[in-house]
Amino acid sequence: MNPASLLVFDVLLLLSIVGLAWASLATTDVRRSVILFIAFGLVLAVAWGRLLAPDVALAEAAIGAGLSGALLLAAAHRQPRLLTPESTNAPRNHGAAGAGVVLRWAVTLLCTALAGTLAWALLHVFSSTPHDMLPGAISANLAASGVSNPVTAVLLNFRAYDTLLELAVLLTAVLGIFALGQATPGYQPAGPVFDGLVRWLVPVLILTAGYLLWVGAHAPGGAFQAGAMLAAAGVVLRLAGRTDTGLPEGFVLRIVMAAGVGVFLLVGLALLLLGRPFLGYPPAWAGALILLIETAAMLSIAATLLLAFLGGQPESTGVKAAADRQREEISRC
Amino acid sequence: MINIMSAILILAGVFFYLAGSIGLLRLPDLYSRLHALTKADNLGLGLLAAGLSLHSQDLFIMLKLLLVWLAVLAASATSAHLIARQARRQETGS
Repeated sequence: MNPASLLVFDVLLLLSIVGLAWASLATTDVRRSVILFIAFGLVLAVAWGRLLAPDVALAEAAIGAGLSGALLLAAAHRQPRLLTPESTNAPRNHGAAGAGVVLRWAVTLLCTALAGTLAWALLHVFSSTPHDMLPGAISANLAASGVSNPVTAVLLNFRAYDTLLELAVLLTAVLGIFALGQATPGYQPAGPVFDGLVRWLVPVLILTAGYLLWVGAHAPGGAFQAGAMLAAAGVVLRLAGRTDTGLPEGFVLRIVMAAGVGVFLLVGLALLLLGRPFLGYPPAWAGALILLIETAAMLSIAATLLLAFLGGQPESTGVKAAADRQREEISRC
Repeated sequence: MINIMSAILILAGVFFYLAGSIGLLRLPDLYSRLHALTKADNLGLGLLAAGLSLHSQDLFIMLKLLLVWLAVLAASATSAHLIARQARRQETGS
């Protein structure tokens, strides 16, 4: 393809990203804003693809647009008060309106300052370090990393520390979700058409998660994308009104939630005992260890994202059975 | 020859997308807009996928594109049904 047509495509892409971001922020209707945000995430994923970063594109589409969109829609659904623009817009008195304007401008200024600092830092980094230094170092050591996908090599081997801490952040988040108490009740059972889709979509999603996990070693994919797919299967089941979203219960659920950090730490500590640096895999074992850590991480990520969508601790089996009985009785009446 | 055929398929796909988008903007009510969008875009995506799989000349990529098309077909048909049902429920007020 010639550069001129690609330039046109890039400019259109940039304009739609900025336009969608603006439209999403400018609207006072929460639901419209969320839907525009989902569209924004999808176009952003295309932009990542255009930058030859398919791993980021996959993560953005699955987590940024898909699951975050579902989360935000569910949150908007639970707060019907916010859905009407009048109630949030109409000021009760002039003092409150003045405070609102001041707050809005303060937030805008703060965001601008933050964006400016980030842009300055980025510019500084790009101008001070040679561009090909890091990619060169990665490709020189790729053979010893146990995988052939450079992104996975960085995330799970060269900078495994960062990923461990990311998983710890997720674990902290899920503990916060558990502190919210019981999950909100589910949705109405779906009609035959949606139910038919769910019946074959959920197995395909689980299969795709397994594929993404496995393929992450040598092509775009990995634990985060696979975990998002697995969580999406649960979200779809939940939306279709099933009480069982595939999450384990009680102690097993707690183990699954902590598995990502736990396996990561165990591998790191075992390596320390063997006299190697923390998370410094021996090259012969690196591939297998990375797959082990990624499998545990996928399960933890999926459980965390799904629990975030449920919005609290899932109901226990007893409560679930009671809810099912109640629903049957209602449908019989 | 294959390149020309794939270009024709892709252009035909783009035409249907354009038609669907114009329909979305110009048609008077929700049901006809849904009709234009889902029907035309599904066909457009099918033609696009066919054109791209001819262009790739790789069986694995062809199968993946076919899977993408089938998944979008099912998802868009279902979401169109859900949107239309919801709109009808609101209309009849039940």
